[in-house]
Amino acid sequence: MSTPALTVNAARKQFGGLVAVNDVDFEVREGELLGLIGPNGSGKTTMLNLISGALKPTAGEIRLGAERISGKSPHEIAQKGVARTFQLVRVLPSMSAERNVMAGAVFGHARLWGDEARDVARDLLARVGLEKRAHLPVSALTYIDQKRIELARALASNPKLLLLDEWLAGLNPSELQIGISLIEELGNEGRTIIMVEHVMDAIRALCDRCVVMNTGHKIAEGEVGAVLSDPEVMRAYLGDDEDA
Amino acid sequence: MTILVTGILLGGTYALIAMGLTLQYGVARIMNLANGETFVAACFIAFWLFTAYHINPLLGLLVIAPLAFVVNGAIYWFLLKPLVDRAKNRGQLEVDSILATFGLLFLLQGLMILGFGGAYFSYTFLAERFVILGSAYGLNRVVAFAVAAIIAAALYVYLFHTRQGTAVRAVAVDPTSANLVAIDVARTAMIAFALGGALTACGGALLSTFYTFNASMGVVFTMKALIIVIMGGVGDVRGAVIAAMVLGITETAVATLIDPGLTLAATYALFILVLMVRPQGIFGRQQS
Amino acid sequence: MTRLTTEEIRIGVIGAVVVALVALLPFFDNGFYLSLTVNIMLYAALCTAWTLFSGPTHYVSLATAAFFGIGTYAVGLGIDHLPFPVLVGVGAVAAALLAGIVGAATLRISGVYFVVFTLGLAELVRQLVSWSQSKFTGRMGLYVFTDIREMHILWMLLALTVVVFLTGWLINRSRLGFAMEIIGNDETVAKHSGIDTARAKILLFMISGAFIGIAGAIMAPRYAYIQPPSAFNPMISFLVVIMALLGGTKRLWGPLVGVIPFTILMDIVSSRFPNHTYIVMGIAFLAIVYLLPNGVTGRLEQLRERLRHRQPKPEAVSEEKPA
Repeated sequence: MSTPALTVNAARKQFGGLVAVNDVDFEVREGELLGLIGPNGSGKTTMLNLISGALKPTAGEIRLGAERISGKSPHEIAQKGVARTFQLVRVLPSMSAERNVMAGAVFGHARLWGDEARDVARDLLARVGLEKRAHLPVSALTYIDQKRIELARALASNPKLLLLDEWLAGLNPSELQIGISLIEELGNEGRTIIMVEHVMDAIRALCDRCVVMNTGHKIAEGEVGAVLSDPEVMRAYLGDDEDA
Repeated sequence: MTILVTGILLGGTYALIAMGLTLQYGVARIMNLANGETFVAACFIAFWLFTAYHINPLLGLLVIAPLAFVVNGAIYWFLLKPLVDRAKNRGQLEVDSILATFGLLFLLQGLMILGFGGAYFSYTFLAERFVILGSAYGLNRVVAFAVAAIIAAALYVYLFHTRQGTAVRAVAVDPTSANLVAIDVARTAMIAFALGGALTACGGALLSTFYTFNASMGVVFTMKALIIVIMGGVGDVRGAVIAAMVLGITETAVATLIDPGLTLAATYALFILVLMVRPQGIFGRQQS
Repeated sequence: MTRLTTEEIRIGVIGAVVVALVALLPFFDNGFYLSLTVNIMLYAALCTAWTLFSGPTHYVSLATAAFFGIGTYAVGLGIDHLPFPVLVGVGAVAAALLAGIVGAATLRISGVYFVVFTLGLAELVRQLVSWSQSKFTGRMGLYVFTDIREMHILWMLLALTVVVFLTGWLINRSRLGFAMEIIGNDETVAKHSGIDTARAKILLFMISGAFIGIAGAIMAPRYAYIQPPSAFNPMISFLVVIMALLGGTKRLWGPLVGVIPFTILMDIVSSRFPNHTYIVMGIAFLAIVYLLPNGVTGRLEQLRERLRHRQPKPEAVSEEKPA
């Protein structure tokens, strides 16, 4: 079998006495859409932060293809081909939609400049359905449109691995349908994606496989239907409900 | 050994101004660059009380500290709180408060220069020999250190053993959560700022008993205090005390062993070292 | 991205006319007005160089006096051995190196540490220079004798300001400028988009520092006798901050709006009310924070926006009236 797109090997992150990610292993294959799920506070976002370099792992190793990326800074990891969106949408408020997306094209994995970067940005804005709003300042856009901008910005770098941190959260039902079909399209194109998500319908509809985390541990991994009916996974979610 | 003792004695006064600044920055979130002006103003008031009314500077503290408390409280409430309210994020508040306190710095310094000119002042108080471990030191320095230690201890008790002190520490850690547990954040911040001013003024009054001062030296003391605060970790009172001692000893050592003209260079070397090795301060928590 | 917009052409033309007028001044006056214009040009150059870095990053740099003094000292130390233009280059490189070191030490961490550090930087360099001078040469000052006169200084400062403007314009069109725009919006996004934010900031700080060093070198012949306290005068740093913020730092030409009136004001204050200099500066700082947070140009832009929005309003009001 060929090298996986991403290999996470005994990754660990400790904040003082709290172990947020506890020796987690998993792999993401080329062209796979992997769901990363688990109850609140289970360490999913911390895991994404370890991959994207926002946090440095306390121990363990993360490889992008054959190359070790753990311990590198976020901009190096971005340049090597990992792009991400943020849990709470982050756009560049004073800039136009087009320049927001160009940011990804210019400085990310693709490293384009000038007209090339602009063309990529225009194509992607059309792709996410925002071609008419390319020149508006993004602060004037609605929440879902800002999320689209963020996705387009991440895609503009032509990443080897795309990390979506609850990209579907906060959308209303009709927006959710649009969002899901957008991600589905990306998956069909062969993009390698990890999505952290609470929307279970989306996970069922989109993901090939998923990894489940609870209190920092990986408690299950595999085909979505099988994993979701795993008794331990059900206990993790129901237990969380009882606490709440 | 002499260097060590002289340095620690000097560090006592540094500790007061640094604790003042660390309260103001750590709790009220205002980097008060005019803190040195409070310090110098206290020097002048102590001087004036002593020369005009023969009031012992230690008794003078009873006037100076409350006065500084009220003035600093007013400065926070009327000048700085509006900035806190209008700031959209931490960065903007930082820039605004830096510029506003620069304004205060120049304004106060200008007023003091207008009043006292650029000349150096000093007065004679307890200028007797006091022997520690076989070497003689000025009694005024020893007394100043002792009083500083008492004030620092009182602050420690206030912060760790009273209800209000706990509120102050809570705001230092997280203003939003403090608000959730029914702490009046604005009021607590004002108290911390005012208290910081009072501590600084005590430091100034004590320093004036053994040190020549002039109207324009405030900035230098602000600098020293800032470096101590950063060394000790922002908002950390214990760290400030230890860092103040380190600074006092380093300065004394460089001044006696190499050249008095290089004290600031020494301070800076220390500063750079801290920034490189432990930017979160000696006892600082790792930022998550 | 390579074509010039009409606005850029218009600014270019206006700029060229102003430059020509200033350049011709020495042929009409060689006394008070020339000297005042040199001061204005000096601060124009310093403030635009300062804004190059502090405008987009919002870091308040007080290192101006340190870079300036290093430029001055490069000329003072080398004038007997090397030609003046070479020394200007040396000053630029030395200042850029210092900026690089300071930037590497402080720009990775919070903005406050940067301010604190630069606040004492001039004093630190001054102490080191004084100490090494008295230790190794036994003299306190340096003589600079050249045939460079006031008008040559004016022309050099003018040329420097033009170069700073051109550089700023080129940076805005470059990857570095785009990176700074993104960093100014959201540093976290910048990092995760692949921007080495620390490197970008340090690079820009070095460019800005180099220009300030050049200004210091150009001014050296004017002082004739260079001493550490005058070369590393911390007031320069503060005046630059006040003037630049007073004018507004959103556009590179914004500071000029603050430079001209404030230089004239400080000239009057320091000659007639020398004891009030600090008070005036204090009030200026407070005025910036409380009255003009975006500077004069920012306020003007705000007013223009408001007027533009008001235009269609009268109709709406008249329509509502009958109802």
